[in-house]
Amino acid sequence: MLSDNAAVISVRNLIIAFGSNAVLRGVDFDLKPGENLVVLGKSGSGKSVLIKIIVGLLRPDAGTVQVLGQDVLTLTARELDAIRLKIGFSFQNSALYDSMTVRENLEFPLVRHIRNLSRAEIDRTVEEALDDVGLKQAINQMPSELSGGQRKRIGIARTLMLKPAIMLYDEPTAGLDPITCTEINALINDVQERFKAAAIVITHDLTCAKTVGNRVAMLFDGRFQRIGPFEEVFAADDELVKQFYDYNFTT
Amino acid sequence: MDTNTTNPPGPVTTRRLDRIGLNLYDIAQFVGRFFAEVFLPPYEGREILRQCYEIGVRSLPLISLTGFITGIVFTNQSRPSLAEFGATSWLPSLIAVAFVRALAPLLTALIAAGRVGSNIGAELGSMRVTEQIDAMEVSATNPFKFLVISRILATTLMIPTLMVYTVFIGLLGAFINVNQNEATSFSAFMNEVFGAITFLDVFSSLIKSFVFGFTIGAVGCFKGYHAEKGTEGVGKAATAGVVTSMFMVFIEELLALQIVNAIR
Repeated sequence: MLSDNAAVISVRNLIIAFGSNAVLRGVDFDLKPGENLVVLGKSGSGKSVLIKIIVGLLRPDAGTVQVLGQDVLTLTARELDAIRLKIGFSFQNSALYDSMTVRENLEFPLVRHIRNLSRAEIDRTVEEALDDVGLKQAINQMPSELSGGQRKRIGIARTLMLKPAIMLYDEPTAGLDPITCTEINALINDVQERFKAAAIVITHDLTCAKTVGNRVAMLFDGRFQRIGPFEEVFAADDELVKQFYDYNFTT
Repeated sequence: MDTNTTNPPGPVTTRRLDRIGLNLYDIAQFVGRFFAEVFLPPYEGREILRQCYEIGVRSLPLISLTGFITGIVFTNQSRPSLAEFGATSWLPSLIAVAFVRALAPLLTALIAAGRVGSNIGAELGSMRVTEQIDAMEVSATNPFKFLVISRILATTLMIPTLMVYTVFIGLLGAFINVNQNEATSFSAFMNEVFGAITFLDVFSSLIKSFVFGFTIGAVGCFKGYHAEKGTEGVGKAATAGVVTSMFMVFIEELLALQIVNAIR
């Protein structure tokens, strides 16, 4: 087993409440290098809040969050930005900049953070990234002209432009048809294999969890109730886990 | 007779006052952050230029039309009053003073508040609710610098520029009307115009326009940047961007009038 020092993300006793609503009540886990950890839970259980804390978009009430050995809660803005460059965050609604074309969306992190890149190098990198997600033909389209699945893939491509060490996926298959879900799951596995990036995948889709997760964590009542390989977690005789399984696979 | 104003403030009044107070505090913090970050690198030169184009150049057709028509209409409406005293030769001076001192800055600011303020409020509001601002932040780009500072700088620079343009286009409209009715030549018209306006008129209008531009940009950005979740929030941000900035422009105009009168 990997020690805490080797973990790319290490979260301890994470607590956050919004008003009187205690969302996370003491989350603990380590993300090992190169693994995909799937976080499952009901809507509103705090899954997205968890990854937003990890990337510094939200501040918890208590607890510690170590990313690549640094406590993100004590970093200066500049240090936090340096950590963020190593994290790719794929948003639930893709969050593509809708005033920019696909090309400009993909160029955005590149031209801002890598200096002295020639026009040819930028074009080549953008085309490669689009090729990776199978959407080279969409290079000059606006985000509004793309389907939900295409937007998701472009969103993932944009996060990969800076070759992140960690990927955070927020509901990557939400609102997509089964075929596109399969494509997105394959893309997540492909990213893990090619970039050797560790990832946290937030979902309530068990097919996605089973396909992409090396480990699965069940977030319930503000805590990880179960964590381990998919088969192990869902073998447990637990009413909550059974409900989740039954909903996804027997209905 | 008892009126509500004589009653001690009840819970609803207190809540409203609290909300206004908090809102003012938030706006002050927002403006404070603008001044704290505006001189620090990185400088978003390309984005500022893009915004100057969007705000300045794209407003030209509307500004041209309204400025020109206002020039014609104002001249036409002023003529009968001056004609009663046989003073229609004062029309160029009257129009020049009216345009430079009040009409052009106000007209430009109100049109910009309607077109630019709502646009900024809706654009940033939409970016907020669709997590584009968060996406920018997690990609290590300061969204406040990229989106807010660039827009506020662009409105602050472009509104005075548009104001100067409005003066000329309004005077052009006025000249056409005066030329048709009084057969005044262009050089005679311009002589009258430049004889009537002073350095203080031009200087105070420019300063006023800088303040109007800053206000329109800051209010639009503030409302959009802090839009609440959902499409309703985007609509509210756009409306609030227009209404609040127009209200602020009138208050500032009133204050500027008092200051300039005291100097004059």
